[in-house]
Amino acid sequence: MLCQICGKNPATVHFTEIHDNHMSEIHVCERCAEEKGMHASAQQHKFEIADLLAGMVDSMTQTDEERVGHVQCPRCGMLYSSFKETGRLGCAECYAAFQFQLRPLLRRIHGDTRHRGKTPTRGSAGAARTRQIQRLHDDLRRAVEREDFEKAATIRDEIRTLEAELQAERAGAEGRS
Amino acid sequence: MSPLAPRDMDELFASPSPWLLGEGPHAEMVLSTRIRLARNLDDVPFTHRAREEQLMGVLASVSAAAQGSKSFADGLLLRMNEVAPLDRQVLVERHLVSHELGDGARPRGILIAPDARLSLMINEEDHLRLQALTPGFQLAEAWALADGADDELDPALEFAFNDEIGYLTSCPTNAGTGLRASVLIHLPALVLLEEIQRVLKSIMQVGLNVRGLYGEHSEVMGNLFQISNQTTLGRSERDSIESLERVTRQIIETEERARERMMRDARVQIEDKVWRAYGTLRYCRSIHAREVINLCSAVRLGVAMDVPALCPLRVLNELLVLTQPAHLQRMHGSELAPADRNIVRAGFVRERLAAAERESGVNP
Ligand SMILES: [Zn+2]
Ligand SMILES: [Zn+2]
Repeated sequence: MLCQICGKNPATVHFTEIHDNHMSEIHVCERCAEEKGMHASAQQHKFEIADLLAGMVDSMTQTDEERVGHVQCPRCGMLYSSFKETGRLGCAECYAAFQFQLRPLLRRIHGDTRHRGKTPTRGSAGAARTRQIQRLHDDLRRAVEREDFEKAATIRDEIRTLEAELQAERAGAEGRS
Repeated sequence: MSPLAPRDMDELFASPSPWLLGEGPHAEMVLSTRIRLARNLDDVPFTHRAREEQLMGVLASVSAAAQGSKSFADGLLLRMNEVAPLDRQVLVERHLVSHELGDGARPRGILIAPDARLSLMINEEDHLRLQALTPGFQLAEAWALADGADDELDPALEFAFNDEIGYLTSCPTNAGTGLRASVLIHLPALVLLEEIQRVLKSIMQVGLNVRGLYGEHSEVMGNLFQISNQTTLGRSERDSIESLERVTRQIIETEERARERMMRDARVQIEDKVWRAYGTLRYCRSIHAREVINLCSAVRLGVAMDVPALCPLRVLNELLVLTQPAHLQRMHGSELAPADRNIVRAGFVRERLAAAERESGVNP
């Protein structure tokens, strides 16, 4: 996980902030912690996503910041500037509306921006299968790490079958259209 | 035969939560294991931004969908605005609802499954917060419960999801899997031997979060710590759970070694501390909730170290929850001023331990 302030160094200092019954977690590198005057004992300091975002736009000019702040979610009407204040998004569509601002934030929070977990069944069958293949690749990597080559071979066969099915599906879909 | 859900708040209050039973793997050290999944409906703004009637719609559609699922059929639905404030606090003390849900001001609810380990908060920070809370150290079991219930709810509800970011949540810290896996662990030896800071630091370095239980901010009470995954994007649920599992196992071993060392070098001092704690609990006349938590920690250590004639773990777990203010006042049948609470609490603790002594037939 990378430092949420500079985004460069690994985060080794971690804070949990409970504010209005809302718990948020902050991960920063030691240098940034020191610069911001945060010590292990200073966990009470109000330091939330809002501050984190404020830090991120430091490099922007005033006008840039204003422009970004006026980006609005077409569905729920939430302004990006108000997300910056509260740290909460307004609706599912906000993720698309603010995607350019959110991506670096998600990277800072999670160290990654791609979902690798389960998928709702309502998602397209192709997407679900793709993710299942991705999961199997994770399993394969783990099996190889464990030197469980028998298991690895089984997983590899499974991946091949799924990939073949996926290709057949795609070909079928193209044939129909 | 499948278990029955409590029919109302009274029945719920009377039946102990499964996580209090003191059962499950490593129950002497890990009190409970929790899996939480955050989900939202695609077509409704997130809870904090939704209008009252939209939230009523969410409460209705989610509870209907859940009650139509195998896991939650015949569950108990409590609408928070219909639950008395004291009872809402009881639910918080049982770890069934969060403080946020416990405020009762908006259309929120909790659905408790017949399998009492499973519950669903509706209109908390996210529209759905599915929770599996199991006794002891049982990450795989808790995950299977939550994952299964999520699979059942999924076809009936359109969850907010996109292929890149995964499940979309009100706070971007939960986006992706929406998973929070956590264990509640008792680490008295590491605290006593002053090795805890080093251990906590190493937990955080591998990307897990740790905080004290019951304390505000980082204050730790009763040597109880909650360890959980930190990130929800970029790793599968299984990956997150496995890394929590691996690290927790290492901590269990470290604590076990510390306990052995302590008992080898200072058995009499430890037993003395354990029995003094027991004696205080058994004969106190006025006691603060915090003192109960701290003394129970010493007794729990004694039980884990096989000090003979102490009470079972179940009794200690019960004391932890039942001596909290809302439980205490509900048992007492009326509201109590803090000073009176301490007196009633002391009476309850003495009585509970006396009953345990009678049950075991051992007089320590
Ligand atoms: Zn930094
Ligand atoms: Zn929106």
